[in-house]
Amino acid sequence: MTPLEFRDPTRARELRQALDRVVSEIGRSPVAVMHVCGSHEQAIARFGLRAAFPKGLDVIMGPGCPVCVTDQPEIDEGVALARQGVRIATYGDMLRVPGTAGSLADAQAAGARIDVVYSVAQAVDLAHETDEEVVFFATGFETTAVATAAVIAAGVPVNFSVLSAHKYIPPVMEIVAEMPGTRVEGFLAAGHAATITGSRIFEPFVARHHLPVVVAGFEPLDILAALVKLTEMIRDGVAEVVNLFPRCVTPDGNRHAQELLWRVFQPIGGRWRGIAHVPNGNLRLRDEWAHVDARQRFRIDVAALWNGAPSTLVRQCICGNIMSGIASPHDCALFGNACVPDAPVGACMVSSEGTCRIWHEYGGIPELGEPTCRFCQ
Amino acid sequence: MPLLPVTDERIMLKHGAGGRAMHRLIHDAVLGAFREDVETPGVIGLTALDDGAAIRIGDRWLVLTTDSHVIQPPFFPGGDIGRLAICGTVNDLAMMGATEILGLTCSVIIEEGFPRRDFDRILASMRAACLEAGATVVAGDTKVMGKGEIDGIVINTSGIGMTSHVITDRGLSAGDRIIVTGTLGDHGMAVMAMRHGLALDVTLVSDVAPINGLIRAAIDAEPGAITAMKDATRGGVAGVLHEMATKGHVGIVIDEAALPVRSETRGISELVGIDPLLVANEGKAVMAVRPDAAARVLTALRAHPLGADAAIVGICTADHLGMVVLDTGFGRRLVTEPDGELLPRIC
Repeated sequence: MTPLEFRDPTRARELRQALDRVVSEIGRSPVAVMHVCGSHEQAIARFGLRAAFPKGLDVIMGPGCPVCVTDQPEIDEGVALARQGVRIATYGDMLRVPGTAGSLADAQAAGARIDVVYSVAQAVDLAHETDEEVVFFATGFETTAVATAAVIAAGVPVNFSVLSAHKYIPPVMEIVAEMPGTRVEGFLAAGHAATITGSRIFEPFVARHHLPVVVAGFEPLDILAALVKLTEMIRDGVAEVVNLFPRCVTPDGNRHAQELLWRVFQPIGGRWRGIAHVPNGNLRLRDEWAHVDARQRFRIDVAALWNGAPSTLVRQCICGNIMSGIASPHDCALFGNACVPDAPVGACMVSSEGTCRIWHEYGGIPELGEPTCRFCQ
Repeated sequence: MPLLPVTDERIMLKHGAGGRAMHRLIHDAVLGAFREDVETPGVIGLTALDDGAAIRIGDRWLVLTTDSHVIQPPFFPGGDIGRLAICGTVNDLAMMGATEILGLTCSVIIEEGFPRRDFDRILASMRAACLEAGATVVAGDTKVMGKGEIDGIVINTSGIGMTSHVITDRGLSAGDRIIVTGTLGDHGMAVMAMRHGLALDVTLVSDVAPINGLIRAAIDAEPGAITAMKDATRGGVAGVLHEMATKGHVGIVIDEAALPVRSETRGISELVGIDPLLVANEGKAVMAVRPDAAARVLTALRAHPLGADAAIVGICTADHLGMVVLDTGFGRRLVTEPDGELLPRIC
């Protein structure tokens, strides 16, 4: 079978060798770069790329998984609405993410009605089929927020509303770049988010922080090539935006999608789980869409879930430092005690690819050996 | 990793999904209730947590197993709940080496209002599956519950068979080869595509089939060469490999390029973000085979109509104990143990 164009192991080997060479030319160790995208982490994990990176290169998983960074109070709003008897439609990976008083899956077990959907359009279909109120619990970055915006702008049934926990990526890169003691020397930017925003959106960031940014796709060769380019810029002291995903991303992005996004949503500040308060990091519905805003339509009684006060555990979480590569899970007082895979506190324990989750399951990052497995042919 | 105590107050869907939560519930609650203080000689019982139990009778073993079947929708591309119920029990018996089925029982619980036409269709499908497996339903029971008290139809089947040699799921040694008997993930992805209304150009069909004949061919190719065997139902191949690696005290390295996965299954898997290694198969076994016999067993499997896509996909190692490592050709990663129900992801 011919390998897919961007999954050719031979070309991957060449890129790995190039990456080894550039990292050793930089001449200090470790060189730390960050990606800010759950799909990049997925691809890195799925194709076993992490074990193939040079020893002197830290590819840090930044705050790029929208599910992981959805904050507990936001989950609580969804859970509270569900427990109030409102039918909730949401993406599958939101079900198990815990709030302060359980997850949506817990609410479902207690009798609440939760529908898993693949798209906001499916949630609208659900609303068409019933007279009941259907609330779409909307999560994801600008890529999925645009889909939500498009549906809202096109008009939705009267029994349909949106509880937005959408997030906006560019501001959190500023937070990470400005964290005291940060080791991050360059960023891989998410290709699909950049199809909306365009690659040019990162130019002011690059100018401000003098850190290179490479817009990267999601196949193994995309990621390896992007890392080669990023480390070359670090080696040469160059800080530029380079778009290595031109088959999807243009400098200006999708203008129509941007127009839709900002017509429906406005950015406001808010907490990202285990990271920080991110100015302009949360997307909320603009006032003119109040009639489809679940926060306006329902009285969401979150306090009832908290028995008066929200959990204080989250304040002890050091996910932000772990994600910035400043701390390891063993520096965290909650790790393995109050924070475990079944009851995670921070983002790094929520995701199956999160640093804390992997450390918890395997007592560190196990050495797996080189890819040599051709005994089967 | 030590098992954590069950603290959840309610039974959740994840407790039935074939992953860690289910194992913990069985370990804590079920074994806690039924565990024998002293293991009985000549009995492979509940504590073995194998596909079934085996009781020595003279110089042979009586193998018995039971399985309840629920599925939404009850009719799916390639099969239905009736075929599933027969194949599930026949295959569990075969996984212990009991490929000749002495008899099956069938217990049906039906929701008030369930269409008679659908019930007849399910029974006809059960009969057809029995004929394929060379099995007979010898006892049964029917109950009807009120509307809303149960979702459509639930079928339990139990079965017994005899074997002169029991194959467990823990006899692996370093060097053993891992064989899968055909394409992976077809059942799980077919049901998922249908359940979630994915409008696709391709039709994916469940692999639900009785594979006792196929397994007999593999056993006869080199008696005693299969050191461990399980069918990769709930929890998928990943769940089976984890169980085998843990129980057999070996590591398992899988070559991703060697995994037989249909392109349409792979496509849906990428679309919904669910690894085909994690989804259910209903007509596929995973076996560990002594290295010197692997080629002969593979040839025997491929000669059978249900084993044409069988492949050697991995090897047992003396390092990475209890771990399942996937060699992707780009690098290596750990295969995570399934945990809870499979949900499509956005991220």
